[in-house]
Amino acid sequence: MRPERSFQGFILALQRFWADQGCVLLQPYDMEMGAGTFHPATTLRALGPKPWKAAYVQPSRRPKDGRYGENPNRLQHYYQFQVIIKPSPPDLQDLYLRSLKAIGIDTALHDVRFVEDDWESPTLGAWGLGWECWCDGMEVSQFTYFQQVAGVECSPVAGELTYGLERLAMYVQGVDNVYDLNFNGREGAEKVTYGDVFLQAEKEYSRHNFEHSDADMLFEQFKMAEGACKKYLDAGWRDGKKQAHLMAQPAYDQCIKASHVFNLLDARGVISVTERQSYIGRVRDLAKACGEAWMATEAGGASALRVESN
Amino acid sequence: MPDLLLELFSEEIPARMQAKAAEDLRRMVTDRLVAEGLVYEGAKAFATPRRLALTVHGIPARQSDLKQERKGPRVGGAEAAIAGFLKATGLASLDEAKIQRDPKGDFYIALTEKAGKPTVDVLAEILPMIVRTFPWPKQMRWGAASAKSTSLTWVRPLHSIVATFGIDTEEPEVVPFELNGIRSGQTTFGHRFLAPAAIDVRRFEDYEAKLQAAKVVLDPQRRKDIILAEAKTLCEAQNLALVEDQVLLDEVSGLVEWPVVLMGSFDAEFLSIPGEVIRATIRNNQKCFVVSDPRTGKLTNKFILTANIEASDGGLAIVAGNERVIRARLSDAKFFYETDLKTKLEDRLPKFDNIVFHEKLGTQAERIARIVRLAAEIAPLVGADVEKTKRAALLAKADLVTETVGEFPELQGLMGKYYALAQGEDASVAAASEDHYKPQGPADRVPTDPVSIAVALADKLDTLVGFWAIDEKPTGSKDPFALRRAALGVIRLIVENGLRLKLKSVADTHAAKMAGYHDSKPTDLLMFFADRLKGQLREQGARHDLVDAVFSLGGQDDLLMVVRRVEALAKFLDTDDGKTLRAGVKRASNILGIEEKKDKRVYDGAPEPSLYRLDEEKALAKAIAEVGPEASAAVAKEDFAGAMTVMAKLRPAVDAFFDKVKVNDDDAAVRENRLKLLNEIRAATRAVADFSKIQD
Repeated sequence: MRPERSFQGFILALQRFWADQGCVLLQPYDMEMGAGTFHPATTLRALGPKPWKAAYVQPSRRPKDGRYGENPNRLQHYYQFQVIIKPSPPDLQDLYLRSLKAIGIDTALHDVRFVEDDWESPTLGAWGLGWECWCDGMEVSQFTYFQQVAGVECSPVAGELTYGLERLAMYVQGVDNVYDLNFNGREGAEKVTYGDVFLQAEKEYSRHNFEHSDADMLFEQFKMAEGACKKYLDAGWRDGKKQAHLMAQPAYDQCIKASHVFNLLDARGVISVTERQSYIGRVRDLAKACGEAWMATEAGGASALRVESN
Repeated sequence: MPDLLLELFSEEIPARMQAKAAEDLRRMVTDRLVAEGLVYEGAKAFATPRRLALTVHGIPARQSDLKQERKGPRVGGAEAAIAGFLKATGLASLDEAKIQRDPKGDFYIALTEKAGKPTVDVLAEILPMIVRTFPWPKQMRWGAASAKSTSLTWVRPLHSIVATFGIDTEEPEVVPFELNGIRSGQTTFGHRFLAPAAIDVRRFEDYEAKLQAAKVVLDPQRRKDIILAEAKTLCEAQNLALVEDQVLLDEVSGLVEWPVVLMGSFDAEFLSIPGEVIRATIRNNQKCFVVSDPRTGKLTNKFILTANIEASDGGLAIVAGNERVIRARLSDAKFFYETDLKTKLEDRLPKFDNIVFHEKLGTQAERIARIVRLAAEIAPLVGADVEKTKRAALLAKADLVTETVGEFPELQGLMGKYYALAQGEDASVAAASEDHYKPQGPADRVPTDPVSIAVALADKLDTLVGFWAIDEKPTGSKDPFALRRAALGVIRLIVENGLRLKLKSVADTHAAKMAGYHDSKPTDLLMFFADRLKGQLREQGARHDLVDAVFSLGGQDDLLMVVRRVEALAKFLDTDDGKTLRAGVKRASNILGIEEKKDKRVYDGAPEPSLYRLDEEKALAKAIAEVGPEASAAVAKEDFAGAMTVMAKLRPAVDAFFDKVKVNDDDAAVRENRLKLLNEIRAATRAVADFSKIQD
C-alpha cells in the first residue's frame, strides 16, 4: 500500500506514522459533524490537565459545499485526518514535516511553508494560533495551537493538525479531479476510484441538502437537540452541585447534533442573515456548557474526583 | 566599546507582523539601555519568518558610578530627623556624614556612591523583561509550560535565544538569563530545510555571515531587493514586465528566509477573465506576482512565485505544483465570473431585502432606495441626467451579491462595472458602479462624470445623515463606519468638481425623508464637515483658522463658496492692507469688548451723524457707508477677491480714526457714538468674514 498509489494507502501511511509517535488511533466518531475538531477526542480531550495523544480520520459533512459532483475539488462529504497532542510537544513542526515525508512529500523537492492562519470556531467557542501549511502554493494542512476550546482556556495547550486528505492525495497522485483518485491502488478492472465510491453520494446529498431536506423536521430537531443537551447537562451535576459532572459526553453529542442540523438548515437557505448569528450563538452556548461540564469529569481532571480516587 | 547581539528564534512569525516587531525590539532595548544610563552608538533590528534579531553596538561595558550628595538636618537637630536621615541614606552613624557650613548654619551631608553595574548584568535583567512584555498584536501559550498561568507568551513558540555581549577582539560573554526553560546562549539554526544544523555565533558580524552561509538572508530589505531583481530579470528575459506590488513584496519577503524566484504560466484561455480578477486570485490566494506585456499593458499568462528553497530539481516540481493550484483557482474565478454574467444586475436586487445594512438603518434594499431618491435630487444640481442617475444608483451595489465579489470583496464596484457593460448599460451608468465608492482616501481619484458624482454624493450623504440620525458619530479615534472618510469624500467631490450644493438643505431634506428615525441634527453634521475641511486645509498647509472665520458668519453650507472665500481671505491677509485692516478690526473689537463689559450694555445701532466732531469720524463713517454695500454686492456676485479689494478701502479711514480720535471722550454722548462707529467697522467686515476668529 504505497501512499502515492492509493487513497487508502495514503491514510494507512498517516495512521502508521502517528501510531509510531504514540498516538491512540481512534476510529471516526459515529455522528455527523462539520470537521474533525468536533470529535470529542479533540473538543473535550483538549481541555483539562491530562496528557492526550490521538489520531483519527473523521468524515466531515459540509452540506453547503455540495456541488452535485460537478466541481473537481469541492465536496459536501470528505475526510479529514486529525492529530491532537496535549501538551503540544516542542518538535511538533518537525513531526508534521516528517509525516509529510511519510506520505511521499520530499521537502528537498517541494516548497513547504507555514503561512499565518489564526483559527477560530464561533460555534465551538474556540480559537488558536497557527498556520495553513502550504506545499508548492497549495494549502494541505491546518496547524493550530489551541488557546481556548468550548470557552475554556487550554491549560496546557494542545497542538492540533488537520490534513485535508483528498487534496493531499490528489497532489501526491498527480490528479486534478478528486473523483479520479485511485482509492484501492489496483489498476485495470480492479481499480476503484474515489468517484466509484462517492460520486453518486455527492449527487444524492446535494439534492437532499439544497432541495429536499425537510426544513420543518430539522427546525424541530434543532430544538430537540438543544433541549436534550441542556437537560442532560442539568441532570449530570452530581448532587446538583457544580463540582462533579457525570454525563458530559452524552450532552456533548446533542451539541454536535445541533451543529450539524444547523448546517443543514443553512444549506437549505431557510435561515436569514440575522438568525444565522443567533443559531451560531445557541450552539456555542451548548458547547461552552459542555466544556464546563467536561472540566468537572475525571478525564477533564476535576479536582473533586481526583481527591476521591486517591 | 562592546556590542550586543540578540536573536529570538521561534516558529514562523506572521509576515505582516515582522517589520513592526523588529522596530519594537530595537526601540524597547535601546530605550531601556538609555534609561539605565548606557548610551549606545547605533542599533539595527532584523526579522525573518523564524527570527527577530538585534545588534546594538558601542555600549559602555559598565554603568558609571553614581555619586550622590544629600543634605540632611542641622547639626544638633531633632533626633527623629537624624534617624530618618540615616535610614534614608543608609549611613550606619553620623560619623559617616560630613558636616557642611552654609549661611544658615552647620548641616550633615551624606556622600553616597552607587556603584555602576556591569552592562552584561543590566542586560540580563532587561532582556527577559522585554521578551515578557513584548507587544505582539496576538500572542499564545504553548507546550508543557502552558499548564501554568504565568507561562511565557510569544507570537508562536519560542525555541532559542542568542544573547552575547563583548568587544570584537575577545570572546564575547553570554548575557545569562532563562525564560520558560530556554537558556540564553550562542547557538542558532540555519534554514529549516537547506541548512537546519545548529550554528555557534559570537557577534553580529559572524552571525550575519554564518546565516548567509546557512541559507538565511537576515535583512528583509535584501530579501526584497533579491526578489524584485530576480523577478524583473525573469520577466525581461521574455520581453515581459513585472506588475510591481509593494504590499505583496513586503508580505512575500516575510514568508521566506532564502528567496528563490521562479516563473510559471497558466492556460491563456483564462485571460478572458478581467485582469483585476486574475490578479486578485493570484495575488491574494497564492501570493504570486502577475506579469504584463509592456506593448499592450495587458496581463499575460505568466506569474512569478517566490519559493523558500533551492529545490533539487531546480524548481520544476514547485512550479508545476503552483501552476496546478493557480489553474484550479482561476477555474473557480472563471466559473464565478461566467455564472455572474448569467444574472442581470437588477434581478439580484431582491436579495438585498434580506441583508441588514445596520439594525437601526434598515436593510440594504431600503438603503439602495434612499440612495436612488437622493441621487435623483442631486442629479440636476450637478448637471447629471436624472434617469441615468437613478438607474446607476439602483445598480451600483448589485455586485455585492455576485460570486466574484463574494470571493474578492476588494473588487466591489469594479465587477459591477464589468457586469453593467456586459448587459448593455450606458457607459456612465456602468462607470458609477465603480466610481460611486470614490474617493476612498486622500490619494484616490475623484470621479468627474456627473452621474458618478451624483451617486457618490448620495451614497456618502445617506451614510452620514443616517448615522447622524441614530447618533453613531465618530468619537476620538473610533470611526467604525468610516464617516470621516465619507465626509472628506463629499468635500473633495464638491470642491474638485466646482459643484454648487446647499449641503444643509440637501441633508435636511434627506433626513426628513428617513422615516421612522430619530431627530437628526444637520447643523451638527455641517460642523463635522467644517472640521474635516479644516483638517484638509491644515494638511495642505493652508490656514485652517480662516474656515472658522467664514463658518462663524452662519448659513455657510455651500462648501465651494466657503473654500473660495477662505482662499480670497488668505490672499488678502497676506497684503499690507489686509494685515493692517485686520489689526484695526481687532483693535475696534477689543475696545468694544472692554467698554461693553464695563458698561454692561451693547453698543449696536446706527451712530448719529450730528455727533461726529472730527473729520476722521466723518471720513470713517463715509468709508463704511460705501464699503459695506459694495463688499456685500461683490460677495453676492461671488467675487470674493473683489470684496477683499473693497475692504482694503477701509484701511486708511480706520488707521486715521485710531490715530486722531480718542474713543473714550468726556462727553458721554460722543463716546457712545464713537463706540457705535467701532461696531460699524466690525459689522462692515462681516460681509466677508468674522475677523475676530482669525488667529494671529
